[in-house]
Amino acid sequence: MAQAKTQFGYRRHPDQDRPGANPAEHAVVVVGAGPVGLSLAIDLAQRGQRVVLLDDADRIGEGSRAICFSKRSLEYWDRLGVGDRMVEKGVVWSVGRIFHGESQLYQFNLLPEDGHKRPAFINLQQYYAEAYLVDRINDLPGIDLRWRNRVSALERRNDSVVLTIETPEGAYRLNAHYVIACDGARSSLRQMVGAEFAGQVFEDQFLIADVKMTAEFPTERWFWFDPPFHAGRSALLHKQPDDVWRIDLQLNRYADPAVEKQPENVRPRIARMLGHDKFEFEWISLYKFQCRRMDRFIHGRVVFAGDSAHQVSPFGARGANSGLEDAENLSWKLDRVLRGRSPASLLESYHIERSAAADENIRESTRSTDFMAPNSHQEARLRKAVLSLAKETEFGKRMVNGGRLSVPCSYDTPLSSPDADAWAGGPRPGCSMLDAPVSPRGGETAYLTDTFRQGGTYFTLLGFGNGAAIDVPDGVKEIRIGGANGLGDTAGLIAKRYDAAPGTAYLLRPDGYVAARFRHPTRAAIAAALSRAQGLN
Amino acid sequence: MALSTSSNFALPDDAFRAVVEAHRDLTDEQSADFDAALVLILANHIGDIDVLREAIALARRRMIDGQQQQQQQQ
Repeated sequence: MAQAKTQFGYRRHPDQDRPGANPAEHAVVVVGAGPVGLSLAIDLAQRGQRVVLLDDADRIGEGSRAICFSKRSLEYWDRLGVGDRMVEKGVVWSVGRIFHGESQLYQFNLLPEDGHKRPAFINLQQYYAEAYLVDRINDLPGIDLRWRNRVSALERRNDSVVLTIETPEGAYRLNAHYVIACDGARSSLRQMVGAEFAGQVFEDQFLIADVKMTAEFPTERWFWFDPPFHAGRSALLHKQPDDVWRIDLQLNRYADPAVEKQPENVRPRIARMLGHDKFEFEWISLYKFQCRRMDRFIHGRVVFAGDSAHQVSPFGARGANSGLEDAENLSWKLDRVLRGRSPASLLESYHIERSAAADENIRESTRSTDFMAPNSHQEARLRKAVLSLAKETEFGKRMVNGGRLSVPCSYDTPLSSPDADAWAGGPRPGCSMLDAPVSPRGGETAYLTDTFRQGGTYFTLLGFGNGAAIDVPDGVKEIRIGGANGLGDTAGLIAKRYDAAPGTAYLLRPDGYVAARFRHPTRAAIAAALSRAQGLN
Repeated sequence: MALSTSSNFALPDDAFRAVVEAHRDLTDEQSADFDAALVLILANHIGDIDVLREAIALARRRMIDGQQQQQQQQ
């Protein structure tokens, strides 16, 4: 089973020569160089922080892990300077089809409208995503990436955390102001802080096979209930780059993993599915999953992000994507705290916002899983009713749950200022900004997400129309749409998506979420919303 | 309370008979399948999650009361 692997060398660092009683001191140590840790390190470095990034391995993990990266994740990766590379390599898709038995129940389009820079999803093997992020890190100053550095002990002090780190040349210690644990579902840091990780265990087993073949299937997500090739169970087919196809088959919960994953047992099943056996296996594994999260994502100066903090079932692409949302939520807050611009209590909003998001992701993915693998005769009966009603009713189609795919959460958060004006649409405070085309004077059409990124992803006031000039508080960037000097709205989409009239303004956080919006902003109102969003009051 | 429990049919017996007769000639298993579909169709027609939740709560409550009565009779 050949995999695109990248090997990295262990290199001794001068920190290792320091006496144990006087360890080197660092502002931020990120543990775990997966997609979340790598992205967080880049984000912090782009904000001017120096980051030590530790990983216990010396290569990018092989095998079949995350493949679906959402529009939101791509917009984040654009800000980190890796979006184009991901999209060029990835398989772009937005259409899914759901089948029951031999026939199609319905199809959906996750991005049915134009005027967005990024597609609904790309499929990309996680090892490519990680390799591109590592390349980006090597081009950036400020990130010290140390392979084969395994954290073996953690001591929490009042104003710092002391880590003991094992290397091929023995152990050393580091003193960190903040430690960000991105060390995955089996997080050893989570155990070191003594945190529980409780939740629901699902008994059903699923088989993942990544197969290599040249095939005529379209680049869509195909999901079957009770297909002819896999009676009574569900199946998923999805395309990845390099002519690799992801196949996910639900198995009997009593199936013997050792037997089921033998290629000679998997092959006939997949041959029936594809209608031929001209394929090679890239990867086969069986998995069960759990839906669970930490009670608190913050333990003193140790902050958890990604799978270390929350785990979901894979149906819905909510694992890696929610971890990336953790990273974008945390990095600007941590940067402000490290610079002394916001109190440490701003970090509490990371826990509030992202633990609520984790609850939503767990709820959605649990519902999908329960629909795919009903827990009782009556649940199975209700599902059967939905599937049969879906053939002729719209409401039945909408109840069929073959995975609800990741979209940005909306936050009910103390950082938002509630609406004081009347709005008929547009993103509410706590929601993610919406992309739309904008036309610079005499330039080519661009996108709002790009304009926001080029401004440096600070707090940004997005203002519409001529209106009175707004006296923007210090440190806030401005994007103006329309008026004498503003960007054009030639497609007419941005005003519509933001329910904008002349004078309308949105205050965007550095992670692109709406902090507040105004029909006729005053300097005082903007300043109040800004200090609220910065955790200053 | 969003759920209406006053009598909404001009001819309640007709409504009851319509449901009863729909089960004629069905096995218990088929009847259960039929009920599952009917519940979902009616729930969607109501289209109000609060009403649905109240209806579910009422049905659950009646079931528990019914069990207790049975136990008392025994």
